This record gives sequence, structure tokens and C-alpha cells, in this order.
Amino acid sequence: MELKNNIHPSAERLNATFAALSDATRRAILARLAQGEATVSELAAPFAMTQPAISKHLKVLESAGLIVRERDAQRRPSRLNAAPLAEATQWLAEYRQFWTSSFARLDGLLEELKDTRKKNKKHKHKHKKHHKEVPR
Amino acid sequence: MMYPDSFQVSTPSDREIQVTRVFDAPRALVFEAFTKAELVRKWLLGPPGWTMPVCEIDLRVGGTYRYLWRQEADGKEMGIGGVFREIIAPRLLVATEQFDEAWYAGEALDTTIFAEEGSTTRMTITVLYESIEARDTAKRSGMEHGMAASYMRVEELLLSLLAA
Repeated sequence: MELKNNIHPSAERLNATFAALSDATRRAILARLAQGEATVSELAAPFAMTQPAISKHLKVLESAGLIVRERDAQRRPSRLNAAPLAEATQWLAEYRQFWTSSFARLDGLLEELKDTRKKNKKHKHKHKKHHKEVPR
Repeated sequence: MMYPDSFQVSTPSDREIQVTRVFDAPRALVFEAFTKAELVRKWLLGPPGWTMPVCEIDLRVGGTYRYLWRQEADGKEMGIGGVFREIIAPRLLVATEQFDEAWYAGEALDTTIFAEEGSTTRMTITVLYESIEARDTAKRSGMEHGMAASYMRVEELLLSLLAA
């Protein structure tokens, strides 16, 4: 169940965030950038990947708005952009909250239904007895 | 007894999200609460402030369901619908799921299992997201991996990133 209408201006943006985060390398890149900005070569170092491969991932992250890349500097370091991540986190919290709240309500409803049916059963039972006692 | 702690969200595979919960009621009753519109609209409401102006369920294979929620404070709405594919009362429901404004591409398939556990019932919903590869709509880079897996890992990642 999703509640993005409630909290997110754009489903597309949320979609882009989740799509960008669906790759393990890109998640690792973001985790690295959480420590501070880094260049392509710095980011490529811990992975068995070429710099062009890393650059492709950076492009995906950039177009999803998850990172910002320096335009002017030759090194073009990448920096984390936290806003869309915060939105995604909020969405996830809302997802859990939707179910938690709904299920708590369902607990209550089931109790009511059990009570009602017990009473109905008793009532039926009485009714049956009564019926039997009625002389034909 | 109530079992709020039995609530779990997990990802059995790259394309699945699973939600499970135990209820202190016989299976037939829990099944009813999930399949009778007049009951569903009483509980499937999410956090306070939401109402469910539309709740329609045509419980037969090929039949449709339609839910619409409204946040009363600002009038925002969220709709979802689908078609029942398989119904074995009171233990199994399979239905497609499509949000009016989805964050994932295509449809999802919901399989809901109601299992008896003593006098209680464990309900497990597994949402299987359509494979992106299967639809040639999405050649977009970044969509090659499962959205569901991303969903859960993202939660861990986000929490660690935001803490950093």
C-alpha cells in the first residue's frame, strides 16, 4: 500500500529513487558518498569496475537527483543529495504505518465479530430449544 | 489476545514483498474480513485521517475489486484495483494489483494465504512485482533489478545514510 499522494509531490521522482537504489553498486556508491564527496576514480577503486562503468552508475544516480556532480571542476567530484532519500524513507515508514494501523483496527473488528457470532449462536441455540419445547 | 508483534515485512525474492500478521480468530472469520466489502472498509484504512469512500469486491475468479482512500484533511485520494485470479476460501486469494498512480511499472500479483495456527490465523500477503525485463517498456537503466529487493535494502541504506 502506498501513500505517496499524501507525502510526495511526484510519484515519478519516488520511482526514480527506488529504481536508482535497486542496484547494489549504486547503493555502495551512496554509502561511500555519505562519508564525503569523491571523484570517479576514488569511487571506482573499491569495485572491480572500470571508471566508465562507474560513470554510468553516477549518471543514473544524478538523474534520480540522489547525487550532485560538480560541473566546473575537472575532477567533477560527486556529492550525496539527501532530500530524495529522506522522502523515500518517509514513504517506507508510511507503508509500515499503513499496515500497522489497519491490522490493529482489524484485531478490534475480529473481536467484535467473534462476540457477535457467539451471541448469535447462543440465541439460535435457545431458539432451537424453545422450538423443540413447543408442542406440536 | 492480539499479536501486533507478529507483523513482519520481508522480501523473499528480488521481486517480492511479503507482509505477515497473526490474528486471534478462526480462519474463516479472517478470510471474511479480507473479502467482504462491508468488513474491509471498516479496517483497511491506514493511519487516522483516512477514509475509504470506495470499497467494492466482486469475489469470484475474473471478478474485480476497487478501493479508494481519501485523506479528509486535504482531500487527497489514492486508488487501487485488480482482478481475482484464484479463490480457495478460506485459505487462498490471488489477485492482480494496480495502483492508480503506481511507483512501480506494470501490475503486481498479490497472493494472500490464510493459515491456521492453533486457534489463531496467520495471514501472509506476497506481492510479486512484474518483471521489468518481461515488459519491454522499461529499457531505462537502473530498472534491471527487482524493485522489491530494492525496497527493503533501501530502508537499511537510508537509515544508515541519514544517520551518517
